[in-house]
Order: sequence, then structure tokens, then C-alpha cells
Amino acid sequence: MSVLGLASQTLEIVAALALAPLLLGWVGQCRAWLQNRTAPGLLQPYRVLHKLFNKDSVLAANASPLFRTAPYVIFGCMTLACGIVPTLSTDLPLSPAADAIALVGLFALARVFAALAAMDVGTAFGSLGARREMLVGFLAEPALLMVFFTAALISDSTSLTTIVRTLSAREIGIQPSLALAAVALVMVALAENARVPVDNPATHLELTMVHEALVLEYSGRHLALIEWAAALKLFAYACIGIALFAPWGVAHAQAPAALLTALPVLIAKLAAAGFLLALLETLSAKMRIFRVPEFLGMAFMLAVIAMLVRILLGAGPR
Amino acid sequence: MSAAPQLVAVLALAAVWLAIGVAGLAALHRFHVVARILFPAGGAVALLIAAVALTALWGTPQAVVLPIGLPGLPFHFRLDGLAAFFLLVLGGAAAGVSLFSAGYFRQSEGTAPGLLCLQYHVFLAAMALVMLADDAYAFMVMWETMALASFFLVISNHRIAEIRRAGYLYLLIAHIGALGILLCFGVLQANTGDYSFANMRVQHLSPFWASVAFLLALAGFGAKAGLVPLHVWLPEAHPAAPSPVSALMSGVMLKTAVYGFLRVAYDLLPAQLWWWGVLVLALGLASAVFGVVFAAVQSDMKRLLAWSSIENIGLIFAGIGLALLFAAYKMPAAAALALTAALYHVASHAFFKSLLFIATGAVLHATSERSLGRLGGLLRVMPWVGWACLLGVLASAGLPPLGGFVSEWLLLQSFLFTPGLPNAFLNMLVPAVAAVIALVAALAGYTMVKFYGVIFLGQHREEKLAAARDADSWERLGMAWLMAGCVALGLFPAQGIELLAPVTELLVGASLAQSSGGASWLLVPVSVERASYGPLFFFAGVAASFGLAYMLVRRLYHGRLRRAAPWDCGFPWQTARMQDTAEGFGQPVRQIFEPLFRMRRELPTAFDARPRYAVEVGDHFWHWLYLPLARLVESAARAIGTLQRGRIAIYLLYSFATLIAVLIWVTR
Repeated sequence: MSVLGLASQTLEIVAALALAPLLLGWVGQCRAWLQNRTAPGLLQPYRVLHKLFNKDSVLAANASPLFRTAPYVIFGCMTLACGIVPTLSTDLPLSPAADAIALVGLFALARVFAALAAMDVGTAFGSLGARREMLVGFLAEPALLMVFFTAALISDSTSLTTIVRTLSAREIGIQPSLALAAVALVMVALAENARVPVDNPATHLELTMVHEALVLEYSGRHLALIEWAAALKLFAYACIGIALFAPWGVAHAQAPAALLTALPVLIAKLAAAGFLLALLETLSAKMRIFRVPEFLGMAFMLAVIAMLVRILLGAGPR
Repeated sequence: MSAAPQLVAVLALAAVWLAIGVAGLAALHRFHVVARILFPAGGAVALLIAAVALTALWGTPQAVVLPIGLPGLPFHFRLDGLAAFFLLVLGGAAAGVSLFSAGYFRQSEGTAPGLLCLQYHVFLAAMALVMLADDAYAFMVMWETMALASFFLVISNHRIAEIRRAGYLYLLIAHIGALGILLCFGVLQANTGDYSFANMRVQHLSPFWASVAFLLALAGFGAKAGLVPLHVWLPEAHPAAPSPVSALMSGVMLKTAVYGFLRVAYDLLPAQLWWWGVLVLALGLASAVFGVVFAAVQSDMKRLLAWSSIENIGLIFAGIGLALLFAAYKMPAAAALALTAALYHVASHAFFKSLLFIATGAVLHATSERSLGRLGGLLRVMPWVGWACLLGVLASAGLPPLGGFVSEWLLLQSFLFTPGLPNAFLNMLVPAVAAVIALVAALAGYTMVKFYGVIFLGQHREEKLAAARDADSWERLGMAWLMAGCVALGLFPAQGIELLAPVTELLVGASLAQSSGGASWLLVPVSVERASYGPLFFFAGVAASFGLAYMLVRRLYHGRLRRAAPWDCGFPWQTARMQDTAEGFGQPVRQIFEPLFRMRRELPTAFDARPRYAVEVGDHFWHWLYLPLARLVESAARAIGTLQRGRIAIYLLYSFATLIAVLIWVTR
């Protein structure tokens, strides 16, 4: 563990915390442009967070301590997740503590806490949202794991830093297994981050909500933390996509100078990813909740096929 | 006998258990003696057994011969690493359950408290002795004692017909299993007439007879463990038993079957064949999927946990199957990894499932409700049980940083080794297996959210729940012990797999060497570059971020809080019964996995005066395997019954005809 490693670890977490709302703002901006609307400012998510933090928290009369703890747990999980995914450097002291499987576990932990907190008050919407969130979760989680396994088979490791190091060392080109895995990851990311076509972050039409129903009872600082955590989750997923499918430009332990250029490169990649997300959201329509299993089942099958393709084609020396 | 100090100590402690049981018989109706003295004493003995087993783990195998039993057939006992590990699990889990039992058992349990105490401690002692037995005779005697003691415990509330039926089914399948094990030992002794395990170890069976023995062992131990399709007794018997007994049966007794299977497959059989591994893997996966999908649709809390036990046993057997596969292809390092995953799951399942079962016991006593549809909001009135159960639920859902995740992580890691197998067909198949494991783990999370959310969160679905009382101090002590086990297994996996090293050395000749360079906070199966997991850092990361966020929000903004009525969507007539139900929570699973269920739906039409909706979820195996089998047996019995005329002349005629037939056959 070096000083530089610590520095890059801190930089990565701070960058994630600072940039995540910006990414959300950028996606909103692109969406508004694509739909010929006037966009709110790029900094709107920050203003919303500031406003929510200033407000009083209004708690349901029968809410238990679990309800108040959950936002902090979710926020903690997402911060750690952003700290694990190597986005700026592969020299991360936190990285050995959690590999790709543990990252999936981290997302699952946050999801379970969100669902439990939603059931805590005992309103119809809370448990409806919890059920739907867990449904999306149990379908998306295996698919995400299979995407990671495809990358793990290529680099012979589940450690995220090793994966990124191996993948960024190969030349630019399309590997069939990675291409399939990329499609699967995009589908999973759409579902997990409550975006169209699985959920609509802008809706308040009660029957179609998933994420919004889940957090319906939250207000004030708790809601702010949850919204920030949601932004961090989107950021983490974008970074996973970048780390697996476009890892070039990440600093390595051997070349620390690259850390300086890594941040602008990352911002450029995130801008492209955000635009892609807005484009996908604009081009597709929201599907009924019962179509979601089909959608995610397809992502799961694509990821499994990616893994099989990898094993069939990559039967070279390990 | 100083050559075998730990073995003698464990035998003596098992004898103390028996003595405690007999003392319970002496104090048959003196409830306070039984609850406040005998059960805690049993818990202390369990702790001592765990401590002795811990010291025996690294020692050389010890053996003694005790001249009890039939003349000329003494009991052989032996304590090696495998037995020591399972004794450790038994002692650790039983200590918590016994402490809980001290507060749990009431006079109203249906059986006199002293008798219950006898059955309970005989059950514990028999399980310990099963793990020590070193000849088929002693093994079978202890195995049957264990089965019978647990049978009587299951039917302790024998005035309810449903419980008697569950007990009968349990006894029946337990004996079918025992028959398989007995025949397996018969094959293993290879016509030498010597039934000691030492003799079986040196026999060289042909592949055919080895496979026969293996299949018999799989059927026999699989019936006890609840592998599909011999699982049907489990969701009936576990809910019927008193909760501490369910905890022991699920947490420990199922593990004796795992122990027996490992003993036969790795220790007594000379070598492993690759298709054994595939078979065990397939059965394990089928059980895991079947178990978790059925668990997700249950609306009885103990039945839900019983199905979840089937799932966990399935995962354990999947790990064992993978280890067999690797062992057959002479890949000891990979086999050690898969076996470590399975054994780690044995330990963590023992703790978290015992915890969950005793938590349902506390809920059952406080509310006298088992149906999820009539519970809700208990976290506010039973905070101790609620938070303890939350920990168990998180561990059971396989979430970091608790114990369940470590074994799942190790299992998934071992699947990533499989592309090295020399069999191309298996190489292609195994990633699909990893996908199934991932699906099972995710579904387990769904099931556990349903379990916890419906029981402990939300509003009380019945008025009386508001008066529910929290667990008493003995019960809290038992739960705290099991919670500590879950947390320790989760946070210190590197130390945990150190304990498993002697077992895997013994069985597959390799162990997970710690290659992390002395960093004991990191779990590293192969090398840091390949994969690592550090739950302490993981936990510290989440906790630090939690704490910082909490502090900074208060420093930079404020900590103001107001209470108000929850949002009612503009419909103020909502009642607690309008919350989402357990059935509603299971509905997506019922829809997605519809072919796995045998469902009967009753849907209302638009014109019904009193609309009624009902859905009944059944098990295909019951209808396609067990009921036809039962009908077959019944009709065969009836056909034979026609011979029974009840007149002496007819029976004489039968004897005469038999005599003639035998004479013809002899003189031919």
C-alpha cells in the first residue's frame, strides 16, 4: 500500500461523490435535448440535494429504527462500490477487500435494506415497491454476475483491478464474448438503475412505479441520501461498463503520471455513456412490469452465452 | 486410554448429556429444574464438546474400542479431523439452542418437560456419537437412536393429528434412508464379514461395486439430508417440531447426513469416479432450485425455513459434487476449494438457520401464530428477536459481510476453476451451473426479504400482536451466541478456513494455503491477483461511510425530525389488512416458475355474490412419485391379502403345496 495508492483511492471516492449527481444532471440534459424540451440546469441534482438536506425529515408515526438506518447503509454501500471499481487507477488499497462477486453482494445488500425499509411503514405502496424491486433484483443479479464471470474467465481473476489491467493491455478490438456481455450489462444497468424501459425515474403514476414507490415515505435528509446513493449507483454501473469494455486510459501502479490525465478521460467517457443512456431511454417505451422477467431473462441468457462463447473460442492456454 | 484424551473426553461429555437426560426423567414434572438447570447444563456440555473438538482438529486420529453393545461386537470409536469439525459445528450450534431452550420450553408443549429433556439430550448425544462411530454397527445404532429421538421430539405435541402424520412420514423416509446406508455398509465390507471402518478403508472394490456402494450412500444420506426427490418429509416434520428442535434438526441433524456422505465418499471408498460428482452436483442443484422456489411461495414461517434448508443442503451438496469431480480428475487444489466452500456453508448454515428457527419459536410463543398472513410489525414490540432475526436473515440471504456470503463466494470461485477440467463437455456445462447458483442466491435474498418484511415490518395484521412480549433473558442469551457465530464466520473467514484445512487435507489431500503473505484479514484462495475478499475492510468501508455521512449531515445541516401519519394516497380508510401479503410477495415467483409448481387456483367471476380467491401450491414429486408409489404398495398389499382367508384348512393347504413344490425342486 503506497502513498500514491491511498491518494488515488481517496481521489476516486471523492470524484465519485462529486461527479455522480453531475452525471444524473447530464443524462437529464441529454434527454431534454433529444425530446426537444428545455433542460433544467446541469447542476439541478445538486440543488435538489441541497434543498432536501435543508428540509426537516418527516417520519411515519410507526417507523422503526430500521427505517432511519437504511438510508445511511445504502449510501455507505454505494460509496464503497464506487471506491472498488477501478475508474481512475488500478492501484487501489481497498480493491483486495472486495472483488467482482463481493461488488454484486454489495449491491444486493443495499437492495435488501431498501426493500426492508420500504416494507417498514406498512403502506400498500411501500411493499409493492419492495416486491417489484426484489423481483428486478433477483433477475438482474445473476445476469450481472455472469457478465463479471465472462470478464473473469478472460483475465483468469475475479479481482476488478486485475480484470481492468488485463483488459486494458489488449489491443482495441471487438471480442465476441465481451460484445455479448456488454449488451447484457446495458440491459441489467437499465433495470437496476430504474431507467426506461423497466422503470421511469420521472413518473409519479402510482401503478408503474418501482423505485419511486420504494422511497415514497422518505423525506428530508433521508431522501437526499437515498437520491445521492441512486446517483452513485448509476455512476458505479457506468464505471463498471467503462472498466470492462473501455478500460483504456486508467492509471497503473507503474505509471502514476497517468493519474493526472485519467480524470479528464473518465469524464469524457462518462459523458458518452450518459448520452448513450439518454438515447436509449428516449428510443424505448416503458414496458409492463410482467414483461420485465422476459427482458432480464434475455440479459441473463446473453451473459451465459457470452461465457460459453468465451470458453469455446478461448480454449487456449490458461 | 491416555493415548486418546480428546476422544475419551468427548465420549464422557456425551455420557454427561445422557445423564442430564435421565435426570430430566427423574424430575419429570418439575418444570423449573428442567428449564433452569438441565438445559443450561446441556448447553455448557455442548460448549465443552466444541472446545475439545477444536483441540482435536489438528491432532492425529485417535481410536478406542468400548466393550458395550453385543458380546463379541464392541463399539469402535475414532476421532479424526472430519469428525472433529462436525463436532465443533454440533457443539457450537447446540450450545445456543440449549440456552434458548432454557427459556423456551413451557409446560404446555404437549409432553412432560422431563421427558422432553430426555429426548432432547439423547438426540444430541446420538448425533455426537454418529460422528465418532468407527464401525458400521455402532454407526447404525447411533443413527437409529438419533432418528428415533428426533421422531419423538417431532411428535411432542402428539395430540394434533397433523403433527402425528408429519412424524410418521419422517419416520418412514428416515428408515428408507437407513436401509440404504445399511446396504451400503454391506457392500463396503466386501464379503470379509468385518464391519469396522478400518477394514472398509483397505478394501479395493471394483468400480461397479464401488458405484453401487456410492449410490446406496447417496440415497441413504440424501434421504436424511432432504435431497430431491427424498425431501418431502422435511417441510412437514420441521414445522411440526418445537422450534428449538427444528433448529437442531435443520442446523445440525441434516449435517450428520453430510458428514456420513463425506465419510463414505472420501474416506471409505478407495477412489472417486467423475460421474459421481456430476450426479451429486445435479441433485444438489435440483434441490437448491426446488427448495428456494418453494420457499419463496410459502406462507407458513417455519415451512418457509424448512424449504430454505433444502436449498442450503442443495448448495452444500453442489459443492461436494464439484469437489468429487475435481478429486476424480486429480485436481486436489480445486477439490480443496470446492470442499472448503461446502464445509464453510455447513458451519454458517448451522448458525444462521438455528438462529432463524429459534427466532420463529420466540415469535410463535409471543403470538401463537405461524401463518405469515396474521403477523406483522413485530420489530417494534419484540426488538430483541427482531434485530437478531435481521442478522440471521442477512446471513441466510448470502449478503456480505456475514457468514453465508463467504461460502457462496468460495463456491462461485471454485466454479471459475472448472475450465481446467480435461472433459470438454463438462467444461461447457459448468458455467451454466454457476448461473444456477447465482440465481439461487438471488432468490434466497428475495425469500428472506419476504420472510422478514412480513413478520417484523409493517403494521400489525392482528390486534393481539401489539401485546406480544419480547424474548426472556435465556432466550436472548441463546440468540446472542448464535448471532456471534454468524458474525464471526462472516468477518474472519481466513481464520475459518484455517479450521477447515485439516479436514480437506484428510479428504482430498490439499488445503487452501494462505497465500496472502500473512495478511490474516484477507481471504485469498489462490493468490491476491486472482481473487480476494476482506470482510473486515469491507465492513469498515461501509461503516466509515455510514458514520461520516451521519456526522456530516448533522454538522453541515441539522438533525431535525418530525413524526406524522404515513401517506395514505388520499384514501383514509386503509387498514392493516390491506398491506401486501406473503402470498402477494410470492406471486411473481409463482408466475415465473409456474412449471415447477402443482397449482390449483380458484378465481372469482364478476358475478359472484361472495367472491373468493384461493390458490394452493403443491409439490409435483408428491403427486407423480409418492402417491403412485403409495397406491402401488397398497394394491400389492391387497393382492397379497387375498391369500389370507382366515381358515386353518386353507393355510394347511398352502403348507402342503409349498412342501410338494420344495420336494420336487430338491429331487429334480
